[in-house]
Amino acid sequence: MKKDTFDQAAEQNKAAAFHVDPTEQADHSAEIGENETFMDKLRQLIRQNKLAAFSAVLIILIILIAVAAPLLAPYDPAAQSLRDRLSAPSLAHPMGTDKLGRDILSRVIYGARVSLVIGLVPTFISMFIGTILGLFAGYYGGKTDFIIMRLADIMLAFPSLLLAMVVMYTLGGGIINIFVALSLVNWASTARVVRAQTLSLKEAEYVEAARSIGVKKTTIIFRHILPNCLPSLIVLFTLNIPSAILSESSLSFLGIGAQPPSASWGLAVTEGKKYLFSEPWIPLAPSFAIMILVMAFNFLGDGLRDVLDPYLKEQ
Amino acid sequence: MLKKILKRILISIPVLIGVVLVIFIMLRIVPGNPIVTMLGEHVNQKTIDKLTVEMGLDQPAYVQFFKYIWNALHGDFGTSYRMNRSVTQMIMEAFPYTVKLSVFAALISWTIGVVAGIIAAVRQNRLLDRLFMGGALLGVSMPIFMAALLLQYIFAYKLQWFPISGYDSFSALVLPSIALGWNSAGSIARMTRSNLVEVMQDDYIRTARAKGRTEFGVVVFHALKNALLPVVTMMAIQLSSMLSGAVLTESVFGIPGIGRLAVNAIENRDMPLLQGTVLFTTILIIIGNLVADILYSVLDPRIREVK
Amino acid sequence: MSEYVLEIKNLKTQFFTQKGVIPAVDDVSIGIPERSIVGIVGESGCGKSMTAMSVMGLLRKPGKVVSGEILLCGRDITHLSPREHAKVRGNEMSMIFQEPMTSLNPVTIVGKQVEETLLLHQKISRAEAKQRVIDIFREVGIPEAEKRYYAYPHQLSGGLRQRVMIAMAMICRPKLMIADEPTTALDVTIEAQILELFKKLRDETGTSIILITHNMGVVAEVCDYVYVMYAGQVMEQAETFELFRNTAHPYTQGLLRSIPSLDEKPDRLYTIKGVVPNLLHLPAGCNFSTRCSQCTARCREEKPQMYELSDGHKVRCFLYEKGGTQ
Repeated sequence: MKKDTFDQAAEQNKAAAFHVDPTEQADHSAEIGENETFMDKLRQLIRQNKLAAFSAVLIILIILIAVAAPLLAPYDPAAQSLRDRLSAPSLAHPMGTDKLGRDILSRVIYGARVSLVIGLVPTFISMFIGTILGLFAGYYGGKTDFIIMRLADIMLAFPSLLLAMVVMYTLGGGIINIFVALSLVNWASTARVVRAQTLSLKEAEYVEAARSIGVKKTTIIFRHILPNCLPSLIVLFTLNIPSAILSESSLSFLGIGAQPPSASWGLAVTEGKKYLFSEPWIPLAPSFAIMILVMAFNFLGDGLRDVLDPYLKEQ
Repeated sequence: MLKKILKRILISIPVLIGVVLVIFIMLRIVPGNPIVTMLGEHVNQKTIDKLTVEMGLDQPAYVQFFKYIWNALHGDFGTSYRMNRSVTQMIMEAFPYTVKLSVFAALISWTIGVVAGIIAAVRQNRLLDRLFMGGALLGVSMPIFMAALLLQYIFAYKLQWFPISGYDSFSALVLPSIALGWNSAGSIARMTRSNLVEVMQDDYIRTARAKGRTEFGVVVFHALKNALLPVVTMMAIQLSSMLSGAVLTESVFGIPGIGRLAVNAIENRDMPLLQGTVLFTTILIIIGNLVADILYSVLDPRIREVK
Repeated sequence: MSEYVLEIKNLKTQFFTQKGVIPAVDDVSIGIPERSIVGIVGESGCGKSMTAMSVMGLLRKPGKVVSGEILLCGRDITHLSPREHAKVRGNEMSMIFQEPMTSLNPVTIVGKQVEETLLLHQKISRAEAKQRVIDIFREVGIPEAEKRYYAYPHQLSGGLRQRVMIAMAMICRPKLMIADEPTTALDVTIEAQILELFKKLRDETGTSIILITHNMGVVAEVCDYVYVMYAGQVMEQAETFELFRNTAHPYTQGLLRSIPSLDEKPDRLYTIKGVVPNLLHLPAGCNFSTRCSQCTARCREEKPQMYELSDGHKVRCFLYEKGGTQ
């Protein structure tokens, strides 16, 4: 499949990287120790990539806001007030109100809960599935590998939004069903990455050593191989979150995701889009909220990738 | 070479069958009677029975499946339940709109993406790099519908440079294309930059400098060709995913393309139509990946040689 | 000695990193006479390649020539503009690298890559250029030159690729060619062939060659004159024969002793104790003091100068402060 050519190209890149003139690299690389711990790398990230560090802070802040939503939101997000409908941003309603007179700021604050949960939970589930399948495909090879990877090929052949749409058709709308849809759809890319790493780790000397003294296969997989995949998985996790958030908001925007009266940002945009020209803040406020959260995760993921796993860049 | 391409095409066939199977199964595990799901609770038993036979739902699943494949191979994706029209015909009517939109969007995004990526790589870590890469990340992070709404608000409503919606004129296509291409421009720019930065570390770049190429010549004559190889593959994949993923853009700008067809099918619970559109676009994607793969091996002499 | 093709005077090249300034090349003076092969020897990271990169104007950030002069045929090329420097590179001086596997552009046929050098520096027709490429392919010993013109790098063996690199470096008939560890990645038999080719090219074209290597055997075989570098400095310099006969610096002695000999069979190979010091934290005294077997208190505190032993034989060691032998 397309992976093959990428593999070859990546291997050539790797080969090229190893041929860097050792005589001259020694001049500076002597300073950059090889055995940095995870914490060292995080520290390095915070020092070097201010944007990623800022994004991490922003994400924590948004999580705190989501958790403390009932304390922070000035109004009940579902409280309708027909007298105040479609009012412009003011002191009483900093982001205005929507067609039912609901306070948009409060709804945006509550919407953070939806997006964060959608970003974190289905991503974790799908990556968990993908990791397990990737580990087994890579380690056992043969038929197991063939079946799992062809399945992954099939899943990856679908445009992910369309596949999610089909699942939503089958299951019907609603947050829970988005959970299921996104968990089912996104495991394949993780499986590929994990499989590729497992394949190379399998040949590592310490794994061969473990095999030669008769350590059980599952022990080797979970004790020796999985921990070495973790840096890539952390990076992938961070980068998959924003795409899950975008998927949910897209589904909700199309009207087949979250259903009213959910505070989902995507739903809020679609409910508000007919007021775009008269009261632009109604659809745009939740749009910006989505963008900021997605961007924060993207910046953080990029930064993490640079320090944790430069090899992943190609994928 | 030919053998390799042929082999690559052959590998796609089981994937294709798998794709049909997955869609087929997914659309049929809808809880409850599919006819009732489609028509609502108030349908009478006679209609249900009649339709069940008409749609072949009384036959075993595998018979239905092979029949569907057989018909699809003959270009027949079944009949839309709601519209009572051939799904194939509906797709063929909608497809030109999506093609126009996607090709236009692809041209815009590739040009902007590659140029911005090159400039950013050459001016690595300078202001222009930061600016372009910030813009690219914005492109990747902004939901398509948001880009569409913003463009509509600013350029169609406030400035009135372009029509708010429509699909007949050239100027009506500008905003939707930018909205759709914005995202891919971001990822192309990022990929171009990171590849170029990496290639510039390669030994043969040092050789090119040593033979007396200026920095400009090094980038243009040595680095670009190597750096853009994977980008070209990505472009092919992107075009095919635009063809199938214009759902959101089409929805905002009211363009009656494939994406709209799929959304309408879901809203109307029109199973044959949904099945047809999803299958059609997925086939496009598979072809796109195939083309990307073949392109890569044609362009890269190292892979071209491998038998 | 005849006139110098290349003269490096008190060159200082430093890398300005976040952790501090790394003195990669520290006060190095080297002269390359016409029609000669000069060896620069030393361990990894001693600054030999950085000297070469400084000469070629190929230093990348954060590296920079801080002071000193580089004269090519009497012309100061230390501070040329990038464009002017590019005109000199490949034309009057050229360079080949250690990794023949990766030093050629993988997506272009090798004939075009060699031709490129020619077309960059000379106004000739493409047809003529192609003929010149095929001629030089023959000259550097590439069999089936016409056919190889159309080969991609991955279709050639390491030895052939290095010959292509040499063809590329020689096609403009430069005054000077720098070969940075040209044979390290190759088989021993190929290595011998390439070294023979260097001698032949020097004799037939008059191009002087700087041969950067860590291999004393290679030096003995082809070099007329040798510079021994350690931690960014030249420690000893002499004609090859003189260096091997009257080895002066303890470091050079160590290098020579670590070559296994066929006559004696010691239980263990000799190694110089310790490792190359971190260039960020060089000792206060002699750079070699941390590993020297004859180190004195003075060596640890004071930096030695270059002392002249005999004509053309200089050494950076207090043992020879008063000249003559120990």
